Amino acid sequence: MTTMTLDAAGQTGAAQPKTVERETVDTQRKVTETVGRPLCDNAKLRMRNVNVFYGEAQAIHNVSLDIGRNEVVAMIGPSGCGKSTFLRCLNRMNDTIEGCRVEGELTLDGEPIYGPKVDVVPLRARVGMVFQKPNPFPKSIYDNVAYGPKIHGIASRRAELDEIVENSLRRAGLWNEVKDRLDKPGTGLSGGQQQRLCIARAIAVSPEVILMDEPCSALDPIATARIEELIDELRENYTIAIVTHSMQQAARVSQRTAYFHLGHLVEVNDTEMVFTNPQHELTEAYITGRFG
Amino acid sequence: MTDLSQAQVRERIERRLTSRHRKEKLFRGLGIASIAFGVLAVVVLFTDIISKGSGAFVQSAIELRVHYDEQVLGIDKVDDESLAWANFDGVIRQALLQRFPEVSGRKEKRELYSLVSTGAPFTLRDRLKADPELLGQSETLWLAADDDVDTFVKSLDDSKNGFRGRTSDQKAGWIQQLMESGELKKRFNTTFFTNGDSREPEQAGIRAALVGSLLTLLVTLLLSFPIGVSAAIYLEEYAPKNRWTDLIEVNINNLAAVPSIVFGLLGLAIFINFFELPRSAPLVGGLVLTLMTLPTIIITSRASLKSVPPSIREAAMGMGASRMQVVFHHVLPLALPGMLTGAIIGMAQALGETAPLLMIGMVAFIVDVPGGITDPATVLPVQIYLWADSPERAFVERTSAAIMVLLAVLIAMNTSAVWLRKKLERRW
Repeated sequence: MTTMTLDAAGQTGAAQPKTVERETVDTQRKVTETVGRPLCDNAKLRMRNVNVFYGEAQAIHNVSLDIGRNEVVAMIGPSGCGKSTFLRCLNRMNDTIEGCRVEGELTLDGEPIYGPKVDVVPLRARVGMVFQKPNPFPKSIYDNVAYGPKIHGIASRRAELDEIVENSLRRAGLWNEVKDRLDKPGTGLSGGQQQRLCIARAIAVSPEVILMDEPCSALDPIATARIEELIDELRENYTIAIVTHSMQQAARVSQRTAYFHLGHLVEVNDTEMVFTNPQHELTEAYITGRFG
Repeated sequence: MTDLSQAQVRERIERRLTSRHRKEKLFRGLGIASIAFGVLAVVVLFTDIISKGSGAFVQSAIELRVHYDEQVLGIDKVDDESLAWANFDGVIRQALLQRFPEVSGRKEKRELYSLVSTGAPFTLRDRLKADPELLGQSETLWLAADDDVDTFVKSLDDSKNGFRGRTSDQKAGWIQQLMESGELKKRFNTTFFTNGDSREPEQAGIRAALVGSLLTLLVTLLLSFPIGVSAAIYLEEYAPKNRWTDLIEVNINNLAAVPSIVFGLLGLAIFINFFELPRSAPLVGGLVLTLMTLPTIIITSRASLKSVPPSIREAAMGMGASRMQVVFHHVLPLALPGMLTGAIIGMAQALGETAPLLMIGMVAFIVDVPGGITDPATVLPVQIYLWADSPERAFVERTSAAIMVLLAVLIAMNTSAVWLRKKLERRW
């Protein structure tokens, strides 16, 4: 990110006289500590002093954050602020990236996420993930949902598997739309349906945490609304961390919101607080749309 | 930024427009021209080969009434031993003399006897072996004509006098006589598909070389595809990206460009001299060709693994699939069609390869059809080379016919590859 000090109003000229009056925010300045309420009592995921490096470059600086049980935490921030990187640390999806190094203490229910003895396979079964772009497997709808239970050996009989598939699709609000074409390829669904299929796939292995990396950015408003409803319903059983570009979405679905800026966690607070009464100047500048 | 009015901008665009369109047309024309050139080359090649080679699929045969005379044959019963030394030549000579009773004198008789292929006695032997009752009986048989006769008969189609070569006027007269009475005809040449190589063109067949080629390819495919694909998977999915893997990659790319005869030398030194595997065997040929095709298969397999969208890998990994499950459940099925294409390109290369096989002795004159991968064998391209080198004129058409067989095998391979690809792709 370049310095987007907001006297950039000069470009648009006198057409928008309001912007000229705005004060300048130094978006490059050092953030030393997180304001608000980053920690909580019934933490499911606990992250302390997390630093992430891509080779020499540091992407995440000293972030500490708790994500509570049955809580939806939204992570917002301008592009490149490290919120996706941080999210991907939580189920070690960053392992596959060459030169990526994670430091700090990350635990799930008190058990370490990183460490030589940690097996990522059960970890990822416990911490599921939904990606930005819907990415169903090029298989049938049924096989998409049944894949996780199959590889983890959750269902031993066909009937059990059928039940898991149906339940997962029902929970994802997709059952009625696809029940007659379970053997059709998942890639043939619409974008919103594909994303719900991916959610169904993720919840089929009964994870404890679901990570969502901008799950609605490729969807239209109606599909987005359905996913948001779904997140609200899923909260009863799962802990959810969601990265989003849409502040409205963060406001609608989350209990707490974390604002990231250039790899620093600037502010974490109850969502209502963040959007009505931000504590930090940068947060305020971001949510009022002065940069992004 | 200079100030240009919209009209000025439009004018500038239009000025360039004609030359842009001209370039576009030129480029398209070039493309069409190169395709036309390619098609023309293929058409010329095929017409030439087919026009030269189609003659080999028919063979002149002479109808003779042969009498399995016990006295002439010199046997009184039919068993393996007596068949081995029975004088079938005499029977044929007798039949020929019966047909042309006016022939006398040593030289003329010898001329007459050379109408029929030297392989004809074996035909009689096989007949008698199949049906011992024939001893002492007579029957009418079509016997293969000698290659000189065959060449002469076939050349009559092109010019009135035909190509004489070693055929004397008298012999030509007999041939004309037989043709007029319908006792000499061109019949479908089954020998070409059932026999191995021979010094006599009319007895030479493609079978041994074809079987040798198929056996060699089988060995090559069974070795190079699994090894190549595993190497590609390891390098693409598992290996860390460091100096060692870079070095391996550079070496694989270099190996793909090594002249094939070098692989032949390597095979000779390692497989035959060190491991003492049999010479001229499809096993060694397949091993050598495996060395040659491995780089091709590895490179194309890696390319098709790379082209699998990373989102699929992420999805599977996010579900908690282990690395192997990611590869075998998701990446490999999507990459397989591309890998197959690479394998087929490698196999086609291997099928047409001659040089490395010369080094390991597959250039030998081999008459028997190989029964296994350790039997001495030759392969189609080597057979083509050997026949192209033979002085007899009848080998010219056989050379072209062998090329046709080689091309047919190639086309069959490519077709099956396309079919396999379609089938695998449809699964998704």
